Amino acid sequence: MLLTVVVLLPLAAAALLLAVPALAGRAAIWVWIAASAADLALVAWMWWRYDPGQGATGVVGNLAYEVDLRWIPTVDAGYHIGVDGLSLPLLALTGVLFLACAVWSLREPDRPRAQAALFLFLQTACLGTFAALDLILFFVFFDLTIVGMYFVIAGWGHDHARRSALKFFLYTFVGSLALLVGFIGLFLGSEERTFDMVALAANPPLTDSPLAAGLVLLAIGLGLAVKTPLFPFHTWLPDAHTDAPAAGSAILAGILLKLGTYGFVRIAMPILPDAWQRWAMVVVVVGVISVLWGAFVALAQTNVKRMIAYTSVNHMGYVLLGLGAAGLVGQADAEARTIATVGALYQMVGHGLLTGALFLLSGVLWSRGRTYAFDSWGGLARPAPVFAALLAVAAFGSLGLPGFASFIAEFQIFTGALQAAPVATVLAVTGILVTAGLFLVALQRLLTGPTAVPSVGEDSGSDDGDAGDVAPSSRPTEGGATATALRRRPATGMRDVHGPELGAVVPLLVLAVLLGLFPRALLDVIEPAAAAVAQLVAR
Amino acid sequence: MSGSLGTTALGALVLLPAALGVLLLVTGRRADRVAGQAAVLATVGALALAAVTAGDRPRLSAPFLGIVRGGELGLAVDGLSAVLVVLVAAVALLTTVFAVVDLPPDAARARFFGYFLLFIAAMLATVTATTFPALLLAWEVMGATSYALIGYRWQDPGKLNDGTRAFLTTRAGDLGLYVVAGAALAGTGGLVLRDLATADGGWLDLAAAGVLVAALGKSAQLPFSAWISGAMSGPSPVSALLHSATMVAAGGYLLLRTQPLLAATGWAATAAAWAGALTALVLGAIAVAQRDLKQLLAASTAAQIGFVILAAGIGATAGGTGQLVAHAAVKAGLFVATGSWLTALGTKQLPRLRGAARRYPGIGAAATVAGLALAGIPPLSLWATKEGILAEAGSGPLRMVGLAAAVLSAVYAAKIIAIVLARPTGVEPLDDEEPGTRRVPVPATATAVVFAITAAGLGALAVPAVAGALEDVLGVEAQPVDPGGLLVGGVLAVAALAVSVVVVRARPAVVRDFERGPLGSWVGLRRLLSPAPAMVVARVAAALDDRVIDGVVRGVARTVTQAAAAFARADTGVVDGAVRGTARAFRRAGAAARRPQTGLLHQYYVQAVAGVGVLLAFLLIAR
Repeated sequence: MLLTVVVLLPLAAAALLLAVPALAGRAAIWVWIAASAADLALVAWMWWRYDPGQGATGVVGNLAYEVDLRWIPTVDAGYHIGVDGLSLPLLALTGVLFLACAVWSLREPDRPRAQAALFLFLQTACLGTFAALDLILFFVFFDLTIVGMYFVIAGWGHDHARRSALKFFLYTFVGSLALLVGFIGLFLGSEERTFDMVALAANPPLTDSPLAAGLVLLAIGLGLAVKTPLFPFHTWLPDAHTDAPAAGSAILAGILLKLGTYGFVRIAMPILPDAWQRWAMVVVVVGVISVLWGAFVALAQTNVKRMIAYTSVNHMGYVLLGLGAAGLVGQADAEARTIATVGALYQMVGHGLLTGALFLLSGVLWSRGRTYAFDSWGGLARPAPVFAALLAVAAFGSLGLPGFASFIAEFQIFTGALQAAPVATVLAVTGILVTAGLFLVALQRLLTGPTAVPSVGEDSGSDDGDAGDVAPSSRPTEGGATATALRRRPATGMRDVHGPELGAVVPLLVLAVLLGLFPRALLDVIEPAAAAVAQLVAR
Repeated sequence: MSGSLGTTALGALVLLPAALGVLLLVTGRRADRVAGQAAVLATVGALALAAVTAGDRPRLSAPFLGIVRGGELGLAVDGLSAVLVVLVAAVALLTTVFAVVDLPPDAARARFFGYFLLFIAAMLATVTATTFPALLLAWEVMGATSYALIGYRWQDPGKLNDGTRAFLTTRAGDLGLYVVAGAALAGTGGLVLRDLATADGGWLDLAAAGVLVAALGKSAQLPFSAWISGAMSGPSPVSALLHSATMVAAGGYLLLRTQPLLAATGWAATAAAWAGALTALVLGAIAVAQRDLKQLLAASTAAQIGFVILAAGIGATAGGTGQLVAHAAVKAGLFVATGSWLTALGTKQLPRLRGAARRYPGIGAAATVAGLALAGIPPLSLWATKEGILAEAGSGPLRMVGLAAAVLSAVYAAKIIAIVLARPTGVEPLDDEEPGTRRVPVPATATAVVFAITAAGLGALAVPAVAGALEDVLGVEAQPVDPGGLLVGGVLAVAALAVSVVVVRARPAVVRDFERGPLGSWVGLRRLLSPAPAMVVARVAAALDDRVIDGVVRGVARTVTQAAAAFARADTGVVDGAVRGTARAFRRAGAAARRPQTGLLHQYYVQAVAGVGVLLAFLLIAR
């Protein structure tokens, strides 16, 4: 029951917003913040009460907050939701990131009622996907996220927003159709003809027909690879990110990409263990290509947001390397494979926090200068030291510096995967050098050198260099403190990160550091579930 | 009871500087006024704690990663670590004192000392780490903070770039440590550093290769050496800390620590020995050709650490440790002197530093003693430690290379000494890099003097009893130093020093020509670290990504649209055309059927007659 409330609470808040027209302007954002905060509090309560257990638990047993209701009995599809060590961290990440985006949106009251309702709807879709234990339910929520994100990009994006939104929608929707084909294959291959994930994982279908199992895995893998995204199905990502609003990008990279990787651990690995083992090396290779391709292409970008988008391809590649290595049962012992799986799961959380922060920070650039082009910016550490510090912290976190969550993830992926796939892992390790290079070069270009801030467009009526930000209260009125920001000419000043922007970004970075220094809080939950996945795959 | 005290001390040794560093960084410029004093207090505390842990030899572990042995953060102080923590803490304290007086009054001190303390904490953790998570955490944080320290004056063009290059080069080496961790897990089933030498099969070789790459990168050995040249962009106190007892020393420490692993492979120990010896030789030659004093010291640092790497390769742990400690004192003293001259005289170009030692006699004397120690002059420290290493190098080519490198140290040290001790002409063009203050503060002189005394005093390591005491601390056995070797080494160093001083004084043109040669510009080592190849790969990949991969996607979309248009055309043209054609045919037929119905009776009669005629004809024919 509690889990249902967690999943549907944002949707109820969205309905409330749409039903009460009086909740316009900032009030709508505050309703959004309140709903997201309440939801996060409930997730925190769930976490507090959750007992991860000892050894390998989760996936096929020890599911907490489980609800299983009849829905479409003819095909045995039900409203089956529950929580284990795989989903709980991602539910929490969803709660955190959506709350951060809600706080962020205080600075950007652009049709706030519709925006808040849309994001709340999207939050329900994301939470539902992570909580679902039934393939049809999973698929429905999965597709709803695509619909929600389409409207976020098309409605609140900029430049070629409609075109990018359409590309995003069509590409990922076609991917989800492949997923549906795979799900139907699982249904038809299962002995008891069910869409229930727990039943399917407990009694894997298609064990005696490797060809059919391989084809079903191919369909599911294609669908998830588009979403993750993996090389070569990633080209919708940079376009969608470049034209999406900052909060939309943060959700897209932070949560929606995880739906893909989550699908691999929740569905592909436990339900098709034979096929996963057989094709694990392909997964590893695709992962490593994504790592290197994402890193190198990101290095060549001239646009901040495209660069961050490609680093997501790189980071998700590590996840696949870890999950693929977990399937190489013959080559590595159980401990190493479990560690690789733990790393992959940790990477999902770490990447969500850090990339979310990076995309929100890139939104600062857009709001001040209406461009993400590296050429247009320079020396920002002078006028905007807080922005510089936050960007540097997020960049170092994202390049995998120890002390941040992503190090815990990548270290475990590498150490766990080396035994199973030494060559692939050594190649993948070089990826962290390329990402280090690209982030340091980006910092150098944006933060040092002669100060350059692009002049904002003529359509801007405001005189604070904060064009389009029409909220009266977000104008600098503190006098001396913002004297530099009041000058209009380019190459002078930029308003530093302030108020809601700080409130949204700082908690994400603090969490990324806490999870980097005190990983036990998260590992205690993840490790049993990862051990369970590694065991189920080895069947 | 003392165990828990030592454990607490070990934890505090790392956490005290780390916590204060973070606090200073978060507080920002508001803490500028107290940052220096706070840092001095923290490093005093760290030195006291280091002394406690060196005596107590505690172990400490904190929960971190799970599943396997060694996933936790493990720290411990054994003999080697005891020497290193005291060394690092002492050098940290002295360089912090120097930084307090050397930084300009308006500097962003909170940021400086914040990173400085974080760096110190990372180095202290590195030399006490017992598990891979702890080692990598400390090791990489040290690299990242060195980036921030080298690029401290980011406002000056190019300085942050030097930091970037240093970080990327050392991180390229760090990749080796990630691989080692994986090899440890695969080969030993755990992540404990000490178990590494017991790894089985190919994992042993992979681990040794990873350790070598990591150590060579961090210690600026060939082929990674050039980053240390750019690292001289950092403020002088940073150079004094990074390039004496920390950072570059970390690679040497790592190899001394993993010596059993290197020995177990059979090839890695030899590779390390040669990498160190060749670095000592090549970087020594580069040092001779430097005109900028800091660049000279940078090259010399890589060269002197080369002897430590050589020692690790041949198993001379005691000699290598002695060299590490002695070099730290010598080089920190010289960097403090160089930094003080730069602040006072506004230059670090050797020709312009003519007579610098005479202008400020206190620090000049300290620099001279440190310089003589660097030259390997008896009875000073590096003479003794270098011989301690070469004594175990056999008598083959390795020893020859080592001796040649030792001679080169005497040559470049002579170059410094000859110039700074010369009588100033009074027309040296000063202040070419920054306006000098013409003042060397007393604390700076005091720091340099302490370093110089240590640098001289460690010559006692030539005495077998003293060397034996160090061996006892480290728990190793070393070959007794051969008095003949000591004599030969000493004579060679003195001769090389004398000849070089004469050449530098009498034939400055020879020196200038040498400086303009390829050695002066680091013989292309900088080009080795060029990012250009990576950028080419990146641009090609990006173009492929855009044109080919996304091109296919766009092509599919276009094809679908075109096919849809074709279907639409077919739909309107063929399918709907057929419908419309049928309709048209019926309309025409209808129209045709209407035509005879004119309403005129005579025409109907004619039609009736024609009809009857046709019927008759039909009946006639058909019958």
